[in-house]
Amino acid sequence: MTDPIEVAMVVNGAEHVAAVEARKTLADFLREDCLTTGVHLGCEQGACGACTVILDGQAVRSCLLFAVQASGSAVTTAEGLAGADGSLNVVQEAFRECHGLQCGFCTPGLVVTVTAYLADHPDPGRDEIRSALSGNLCRCTGYQGIIAAVEQAAVIAALQGGIS
Amino acid sequence: MMALRLARPEHLVDLNGVTELDSVQAIDGLLRIGAMTRQFVVGADSTVADQVPLLALATPYIGHFQIRNRGTVGGSVAHADPSAEYPTVVVALDAELEVSSTRGTRRIGAAEFFEGPMMTALGPDELLTAIRFPVWAGRSGFSFREVSRRHGDFALVGVAVGIELDESTTIRRAAIALLGVEGRPRRAPDAEAALVGTAISAVDAGEMGRLALKPLRATDDIHASAEYRRRVGAHLVSQAVEEACRRASEVDGD
Repeated sequence: MTDPIEVAMVVNGAEHVAAVEARKTLADFLREDCLTTGVHLGCEQGACGACTVILDGQAVRSCLLFAVQASGSAVTTAEGLAGADGSLNVVQEAFRECHGLQCGFCTPGLVVTVTAYLADHPDPGRDEIRSALSGNLCRCTGYQGIIAAVEQAAVIAALQGGIS
Repeated sequence: MMALRLARPEHLVDLNGVTELDSVQAIDGLLRIGAMTRQFVVGADSTVADQVPLLALATPYIGHFQIRNRGTVGGSVAHADPSAEYPTVVVALDAELEVSSTRGTRRIGAAEFFEGPMMTALGPDELLTAIRFPVWAGRSGFSFREVSRRHGDFALVGVAVGIELDESTTIRRAAIALLGVEGRPRRAPDAEAALVGTAISAVDAGEMGRLALKPLRATDDIHASAEYRRRVGAHLVSQAVEEACRRASEVDGD
């Protein structure tokens, strides 16, 4: 095994520096070193979407990246979506109101995905929403509440002048 | 491959820092795309859409947008999954693969590059650095279609088609490549030969589908039977041939 490598990244606004194994995934780094355990690991091979985080503005799979590859970047996890006072962001609020979750395992990946998606696609149609959600598996809801939540979040974000 | 525990390489080299590999260049009748160019860049690049429309048409079918944000052209091609989209475009257009090693650089034609499922002509010491896509000038139209259980799943079967017309409505050049049917992307030379020299009004699209699938030995597995792949594949070929012909006929001659 090689010596640990120092990584430094901004996670939800706070600088994190740690020496990690070269092959430690970004997902494990976020969970174990940054304690952002909202990063959920379902399949660990890029299919389920539970570990989705925003890396330098783009939604990515944190299980398919090594932490060293994200060194120098800014990462937002589900924990970073809410305001400093704990107020939910527009997507999280819509998921709560529209019953977009049941057990909650997929929810962090979904709210991160939807937040990133709506930032680039502020007025999606229903088919576009379904396509955008295709990379996040939910085994409870049947997706209808999730789709309704995305539609509501898009409307409210537009009224508020954009997604935060 | 590592996440699936299919590979445990002793050494890993991250190419993300090699910025020379991230480029889209139009040069002398071809489009050269660096191996580390992200899939979402290819899908959104206006030069790509203009010069190699098949790439733009194929990109939305690759995984999900979170995957395309990180996935690269070279990664998809060197991985050589039988269901992958970019390898099929490479084969359809007879693109050339630029590879490098400490022994030097060489170019490999698409027909020699893909050897089987996840198997390519790349040597163990070689690195895919760029792909050279021929640009079809003139009156050409393209189509890309695939069928999967859900959007973003691995394709069960799919097809890439290119059609180029002469000054009137006769087909001058035709390319058809199928994914997911065999262990690597396969061309359909009989159907292509039947299309060339035919006026688009006389094209029997259903027959082209039959001709395209006839010589192929379709994969039979848990995801789909060989018969399903053959029937759906033939149907996709006929749809894509019709669409590519229509698109080519809509391009103004000059």
